[in-house]
Amino acid sequence: MNVAISIAGQTPDAPFDARFGRAESFCVVDTDTGAWTFHANPALSASGGAGVLAAQFIARLGAQAVVSGAYGPKAHRTLSAARIECFLAPGNEARSAAEILDAFNSGRLTPADDATHGGHHGD
Amino acid sequence: MRIVVASGKGGTGKTTVATSLAQVAAERDAVRFLDCDVETPNAALFLHPRLDVHRDVGIRVPRVDPQTCNACGTCAEICRFNAIAVVGETTLVFDDLCHGCGSCTWMCPEQAITEHLLVTGSIDSGTTPDGIAFARGMMNVGQAMGMPILRELKKSSPALSPTMTVPPRRTLEIRDAPPGASCPVVETMRGADFVLFVTEPTPFGLHDLKQVAAIARELGLPAGVVINRDGIGDAAVDAYCVESDLPILLRIPMDRRIAEAIAAGSTLVEANLDDRHRFRALLERILAEVTV
Ligand code: SF4
Ligand code: SF4
Repeated sequence: MNVAISIAGQTPDAPFDARFGRAESFCVVDTDTGAWTFHANPALSASGGAGVLAAQFIARLGAQAVVSGAYGPKAHRTLSAARIECFLAPGNEARSAAEILDAFNSGRLTPADDATHGGHHGD
Repeated sequence: MRIVVASGKGGTGKTTVATSLAQVAAERDAVRFLDCDVETPNAALFLHPRLDVHRDVGIRVPRVDPQTCNACGTCAEICRFNAIAVVGETTLVFDDLCHGCGSCTWMCPEQAITEHLLVTGSIDSGTTPDGIAFARGMMNVGQAMGMPILRELKKSSPALSPTMTVPPRRTLEIRDAPPGASCPVVETMRGADFVLFVTEPTPFGLHDLKQVAAIARELGLPAGVVINRDGIGDAAVDAYCVESDLPILLRIPMDRRIAEAIAAGSTLVEANLDDRHRFRALLERILAEVTV
């Protein structure tokens, strides 16, 4: 399966970025082959609806799961419609994308069945 | 002529000044008053208009017919606000992000989109006892976007009532701006002829004054300052006005009677005859600033 992780950088040891819509980048890892790809987040410069745009972006990248630190209601709705499972990486200590992937693979991450916060105003 | 009364934050006496100015102006001119604070309009508490015209305003939001839509993604690509998303075979619309621009409907190759009116607020208008044509915009609870209401409010011109026996010399529009320094404040100032800042001589007052003054400067509008609760705080606002060439047009002293009058729902000019003359002088100075 393909899992997307929000990160700040473009390498496996880049730190995890807890924001979803405003994450600097996403990596997509194929957990079967271990292949990594890195993608700048096009929603970073969006004036509004960053979560919606980022969600469509990772859907297009073929992700079936995503790991981030928080999901707004609109991002969550879009990810759910795309049948992408949302996972939360807890804690604030800096971790690399590779460490997050380990946690994901060993089933230590909790799914986010709902938005984690009330979202931002669109105006 | 259009005068905007603005202040960085709420609670500086902005509405008090705007309504008092409107009342003295109405002694001589035809006056239109627009309460542009669509989140918490409160000028009606002071001007007591009879609001007998009510109009809903809103935006046209898209609705996608899933039978006709082939999920081509054009709408999501064209939307500058990310208010419409296409994932897999599903199209999602986020009403609270939509600006009602119509681009998605226009560009959909399958004509799968129709538009529906989403009521986001209303405009109430009427006349005050002193003959001021009054209108206020009000955003519905739970709506995120006040801008469409504000734009409609600016377009609406409440009927000026001919209570005067002689024709008025001029028509003045006074806009009570929302607090803050964000888009709605910019929108309120756009198209105006003069901006009157109401501030307090405190570090907070100065901070907020600088923000709104920057907007007016950006829009190239002449401006002046009313210092409310003069006597408290420090001289930093004065110094700032001098250095940025902002004339101080009125100082309202710190006075318990003013707070009492406001609490009782009267304007400054109703509370105190002395203020009537001071506000007449203020209006004259504004007119002079605009016509130089
Ligand atoms: S542009 Fe029209 S057909 Fe294409 S995804 Fe949007 S609604 Fe569907
Ligand atoms: S009407 Fe405009 S803002 Fe609303 S979804 Fe369509 S393109 Fe986006």
